Amino acid sequence: MTLEKRKSTDGNTEERRRVKGMTGLHALYRKELADHFKSRRFLILLLLIGGTSFASLYGAISGLSDAADSNFLFLGLYTASGNSIPSFMSFIALLGPIIGLALGFDAVNSERAGGTLNRLVAQPIYRDSIIIGKFLAGTAVIAVIIYAMGIALGAVGIVVTGLKPSAEEVLRILIFLTFTVIYVAFWLALSILFSIVCRHAATSALASIAVWIFFAIFMSLVASIVANAVYPMTDEYSMLVNSLNNYTLEQNLNRISPYYLYSEAVSTIMNPSVRSVNIVTVNQLTGAISGYLGLGQSLLLVWPHLTGLAALMLIAFGGSYIGFMRQEVRSN
Amino acid sequence: MAEKSRNVIEISHLTKQYGEKTAVNDLSLSIRRGEVFGLLGPNGAGKTTTILMLLGLTEPTGGTALIEGMECTRSPLEVKRIVGYLPDNVGFYTDMTGRQNLRFTGRLNGLQGQELEDRIDRLLERVGMTQAADLRTGAYSKGMRQRLGIADVLIKDPEIIIMDEPTLGIDPEGMRELLALIRELSVEDGRTLLISSHQLHQIQQVCDRVGIFVDGSLIASGTLPELEEQIRRDGSYLLELGVHPCDDRLFGMLYQQEGVEHISKEGDTILITSKQDLRGSLTKFLGERGYTIQHLHQRGGDLDEIYRRYFEKAGQSDERNDFGKKKKHGWKHRGAQAR
Repeated sequence: MTLEKRKSTDGNTEERRRVKGMTGLHALYRKELADHFKSRRFLILLLLIGGTSFASLYGAISGLSDAADSNFLFLGLYTASGNSIPSFMSFIALLGPIIGLALGFDAVNSERAGGTLNRLVAQPIYRDSIIIGKFLAGTAVIAVIIYAMGIALGAVGIVVTGLKPSAEEVLRILIFLTFTVIYVAFWLALSILFSIVCRHAATSALASIAVWIFFAIFMSLVASIVANAVYPMTDEYSMLVNSLNNYTLEQNLNRISPYYLYSEAVSTIMNPSVRSVNIVTVNQLTGAISGYLGLGQSLLLVWPHLTGLAALMLIAFGGSYIGFMRQEVRSN
Repeated sequence: MAEKSRNVIEISHLTKQYGEKTAVNDLSLSIRRGEVFGLLGPNGAGKTTTILMLLGLTEPTGGTALIEGMECTRSPLEVKRIVGYLPDNVGFYTDMTGRQNLRFTGRLNGLQGQELEDRIDRLLERVGMTQAADLRTGAYSKGMRQRLGIADVLIKDPEIIIMDEPTLGIDPEGMRELLALIRELSVEDGRTLLISSHQLHQIQQVCDRVGIFVDGSLIASGTLPELEEQIRRDGSYLLELGVHPCDDRLFGMLYQQEGVEHISKEGDTILITSKQDLRGSLTKFLGERGYTIQHLHQRGGDLDEIYRRYFEKAGQSDERNDFGKKKKHGWKHRGAQAR
């Protein structure tokens, strides 16, 4: 179209221009989403999560048959382990981060390496819509995977076992899945941050996997070492004096790890018999009637965890946002 | 709309520093509506930095850049709506087809539906990529990527097109087509083009005006004849001459010509430095004495020579001599290869 022609349609153009800020975000979001769904990576993740989910369901069903407690049996499909197969909940706590990391580790640096980033930033869109679009699309994919798997697991469970979930159980499961999405979105945000900081996709993949392994495996070791150093438990006297402080410190250090935070939160949500997340003394238990916590009470117990997870996610995303906005566009 | 000013791009005292290093130093430049302006300079001269500042992608340390009266750093979105940018080494999403890539860019620019599809078809036709439009861009050659890049820039129908090293790594045939397209964009569509390059020969064919950019400073700008004239005024003429037979007697006779200052031999070519244009008189003189002129060329007429001269001048007055010399050497080397 020549410029003359264009001027004749200028009124139309003005209209178009006003809404463009949002259009950019929308177009980016759609493109990222399509990219994810079409990618082989998505298929692999789906197979990985699907496979482990159904393995855990198999374990749970065989474990459930000898469960002593017949209340909230349906939740057992998600939390029970059997035949030495871990439960769905612990599988997701361990493998969930993989989804987030795999979706985000090359978000920005691959665009930079492929020369598409400077083409993108030269378009009339706000620069932050690039990073927001990527994060939102990634989170949408995560939500799709998690909810689909969680609900499919329950559906298969109903068919196989004939258990009927109560309304409270359904609610608890939905809350559990929502927690999971936030947890995995944290890992997505973290891997996007690494993809901005590191020039090569391989470096950022390695860095984010290192963080994941550290939190999943080594954080508990570090926490106990630090706790033992601060409150030694070497002889009987120091054990008597320090044990409470030692345990509390270790637990608080562990809670820095999103892995631990998430595990603690969801095991409280999915298990109504958990009445406390902190240490309880015999004194405090005096006069307590054993029973289940209501959903509201369970939620109240892990509200700080939820806030903490959401905050971690926002911090990671905020870091990548700032990093991306301040970064030079040129590739060399 | 108010009467548009003559100058589309107004850069005044633009400066960019990266720590100690000054990438762009007090650049002032105006680019007129509808012209093709060539920004010439060696690698690392600050061309890309200047372009990024024009697009509002990099904050200048000082000075201002205006496009159509809009400040580039203050209203980058408005600027990017009318400016198309073809980066060097343009890349596409490799697992999408050429058409899908264009569609995505179109959507980012707020186009959609049939209007977008029509425009994509027209542009693919125009850059000659209709055949390959539905192949994944991962399979494209460098030349095809470049052509798709131009279609990509044209999607938003920009008034101004900025190309960063568009001729890099293109084969001769592709180059010819590219230059023809650049001409067409300027002449038929009336767009303004800013082209940065270090490949002088190609650029001189299409540019109305050029600016020579060395170490962050614009050391000269104007049309080619202007630059040539400027060099002549403070320099001398250098004539390349190839004559048969090439004997000693000839040298003696040449020295007697009016205005000749120095004669040297470079392979089979005789180089004559003189105060005036000798071409006319020499042709007649040699012809009368039975010599055959095989080659006669006034140096300075092409951009390469102009560039070399300006560069020598800049190098001499450069305070940061070490740096300047190193670069100068590098440039000369490349220049020699290109020739």
